[in-house]
Amino acid sequence: MERDVKTRWPGRLILLALFSFLYLPIAVLVLLSFNDSGLPTSWSGFSTRWYRSLMGNQDILHAAWNTLVVALFATLIATVLGTLLALGMETRARRSNGLEALVFSPMVIPDIVLAVALLTFLSRLNATMGLHTIILSHVIFDLAFVCSVVRARLKTFDFSIVEASRDLGASPFQTFWRITFPVLLPAIVAGALLAFTLSVDEFIIAFFTAGAGRSSITLPMQIYSMIRFGITPEINALATIVMAVSAGALVLSQWLNRENRSQ
Amino acid sequence: MTPSPRPILSIDGAVKRFGKTVAVDGISLDIRENEFFALLGPSGCGKTTLLRMIAGFETPSAGRILLDGADISPLPPEKRPLNLMFQSYALFPHMSVRQNLGYGLEMEGLPKAEIARRVDAMLATTDLSALADRKPDQLSGGQKQRVALARALIKRPKVLLLDEPLGALDKKLREKMQLELKRLQHEVGTTFIIVTHDQEEALVMADRLAILKDGKVLQCGGPEEIYERPANRFVANFIGVMNFIEGSIEGGVFRAGGQAIEADTSGLATGRPATLAIRPENIAVHSAGNGFAGEVVDIAYHGLDRQLYVRTGLCDTPLQVRVPASNGAFAVGATVSLGFAPAHCRLFQD
Amino acid sequence: MTHRASHPNLLVLPAVAWLVVFMLIPCLMVLFYAFLTRGIYGGVDYIFTFENLARVFDPLYAKIFLTSARIAGLATLLAILIAYPAAYAICLAPKKWQPVLLFFAVLPFWSNYLIRTYAWIVLLNREGLVNNLLKSLGYTGEPLSLLYSEGAVITGLVYNYLPFVILAIYSSLSRLNPELLEASRDLGANALTTFWRVTLRLTMPGIAAGGVFIFVLSIGNFVTPAVLGGGRFQMIGNVVYDQFLTANDWPFGAALGMALIVIMIVLLLLQARLTAHFAGERREANDGA
Repeated sequence: MERDVKTRWPGRLILLALFSFLYLPIAVLVLLSFNDSGLPTSWSGFSTRWYRSLMGNQDILHAAWNTLVVALFATLIATVLGTLLALGMETRARRSNGLEALVFSPMVIPDIVLAVALLTFLSRLNATMGLHTIILSHVIFDLAFVCSVVRARLKTFDFSIVEASRDLGASPFQTFWRITFPVLLPAIVAGALLAFTLSVDEFIIAFFTAGAGRSSITLPMQIYSMIRFGITPEINALATIVMAVSAGALVLSQWLNRENRSQ
Repeated sequence: MTPSPRPILSIDGAVKRFGKTVAVDGISLDIRENEFFALLGPSGCGKTTLLRMIAGFETPSAGRILLDGADISPLPPEKRPLNLMFQSYALFPHMSVRQNLGYGLEMEGLPKAEIARRVDAMLATTDLSALADRKPDQLSGGQKQRVALARALIKRPKVLLLDEPLGALDKKLREKMQLELKRLQHEVGTTFIIVTHDQEEALVMADRLAILKDGKVLQCGGPEEIYERPANRFVANFIGVMNFIEGSIEGGVFRAGGQAIEADTSGLATGRPATLAIRPENIAVHSAGNGFAGEVVDIAYHGLDRQLYVRTGLCDTPLQVRVPASNGAFAVGATVSLGFAPAHCRLFQD
Repeated sequence: MTHRASHPNLLVLPAVAWLVVFMLIPCLMVLFYAFLTRGIYGGVDYIFTFENLARVFDPLYAKIFLTSARIAGLATLLAILIAYPAAYAICLAPKKWQPVLLFFAVLPFWSNYLIRTYAWIVLLNREGLVNNLLKSLGYTGEPLSLLYSEGAVITGLVYNYLPFVILAIYSSLSRLNPELLEASRDLGANALTTFWRVTLRLTMPGIAAGGVFIFVLSIGNFVTPAVLGGGRFQMIGNVVYDQFLTANDWPFGAALGMALIVIMIVLLLLQARLTAHFAGERREANDGA
């Protein structure tokens, strides 16, 4: 696009405003989590006491453990299914609109609708609800995102290397493990990290499929119930940790996928 | 090594249909042992599909492919003792040059020491030893091309298939690699089948070539034969530069623009239109004489020679005439006299 | 280039089975429930009725739909007005910085939705940062009740979905052929006319994609109105939630959910048609340049 000195300054101002809007609320949250008084009204010195109090909170530790279990298993299943799906979709002779719609819909369907649909389905089956039902629900949207990341990589994937491997004497199975999989691995891991973040953060669907009682409560559910009682310094600390984990996973995901982006 | 007449690869009535389109329409060809054979044709003529059928990536809809007399058409690519060098080179991006070369030998289950020995030898042959530990994205286009070639040759294939092997290189490098490929073919003593759309490349490299169009072979033979005696108008036009003069056969004589041109008319139908083809270098040009009168309308300087564009009463488009660059006798606007040697005139009625 | 895996359908099968069993069938069940009768002790009775669908158009709920649509519409409009100059500014930045800027613009989108929404409570509450700022600027009146209002909900929606709208608009802006803009200037149009007649028209698909996305996710939103609206007013998502978890009227909740799905499908189809329409124009423009 056109670019000259005249247009440079307005552009920079707009970017400054944009990033302030996007990051200021988060920055305030992070800053408050280190405020000794915990109050938004005044700064009373740097302290990690809210983080320490968080570590002593059994409810939160329990919820964090549940979240980890859900995110790990959902990511694992979604990564395998999503990668196979992407490979299948990109190597099909013909594009199927029905298939595209099915795979795309978890990204746009209002989550409250998916949540009540799963609740209806699971209660009709009289299924016992718990972490396993949260996992199977999270796989739905996780696999859509893994699939889209791997597909994006496949768009620039030179399929002639697969043929070259066959030509040099490798069976289809050997070709997958020696050629296709290693070349796609960065994209697969990037997709998995994205899925993991989404799973860690997801609230409504987990809320509807966790079943009654506190045994299967996840971190977002815990945070939601805390928010309803107003601001507490612990939420700020917890929010900071969750944000840091997400941001870390996302930066890593982006870094792994950088070759793809530059192409 | 000179090509022996024994066919190593026989394509026997090969047909390939994709849905309703016929990509390869009943091709039969014999490729002789140790020859450099070129499949030449415009894009979409079916040459790449034919090559992929030989390699095993397409199953023929009909017909057979025989290697050393045995039908290989039911075999998957990995079971065929021939290798393909891909147009995109298809180097494995996550492996070094050495690993790329060793891959095919690993698949044969050879011992590690033997693989290392053969890889080192091939690296030396193709002048790649210094680049052995580089990854493909650290190589130039020409280097990638050599790695791709080495990776295929190291398998000692009975036939090496090359799909537009020089297509991605610039003109200078391409000319150098044409000779390099020929040298390598002599050195390893293997049959090469190359697919190309570049007629000059095919003429320079191939012992024999086949011209393909719409999935059919139009002509198959040595470069000289095809250049000098094209079988039809398409081949005449596709190979080299050619002048075409539209006219008709009347009383056993070819006439155009009211004038008769002496040429061999045997076997042609009298009273029907015909086209006379003659190459620019086969037209004699004099400042005066009893040939066909014309006027120089344009001159293009090509370094070695000059191309004159001469308007005559024979046809609407000016004829192209090639004279040595040292011959500066003609200027735009000059009247000249053209002479066609009957032996170089070819007539087509298709 | 022909490249076919040995069995593409086999590769697709496990994921498709998962989506059919755990997404498609549950959604069809909800559709089915929308025509059933509410059971006396919760649950459903298998008595077929149109009553739930009729109730969706009851003035009480129609009003909630309109409120939801108004909030979603305002959020969409605001997001596009912010995202367009932002995406344009990213396009004007040096080439090597663009991916970095874009990444940091989109980063918040992938992080915890609940926390991002909660951050606005911290900013907007009566003892929050905004009121404190006003006080230190000399404002002496009652603290403003910024929270638990329509404005707070719209702010939250814009904040949460803005990154995606920027991404959508950027991707269509960055593919714009710069020669087209130069051609327009060359032909005598000034910068504003060029923007209005060429740039904006050719980036319509990006605006539509971003706009439909934020509208669909806003109108069916549950968390933002629940957290920033403080239960003061309801959007459809909250009503669906209540029908399932509080009122125990699953068939009616199902009917409302179906209405949301219908809105979503209609908008996505409209967007697809719009994109196809403009894609034709765009192809011509890029070929011609």
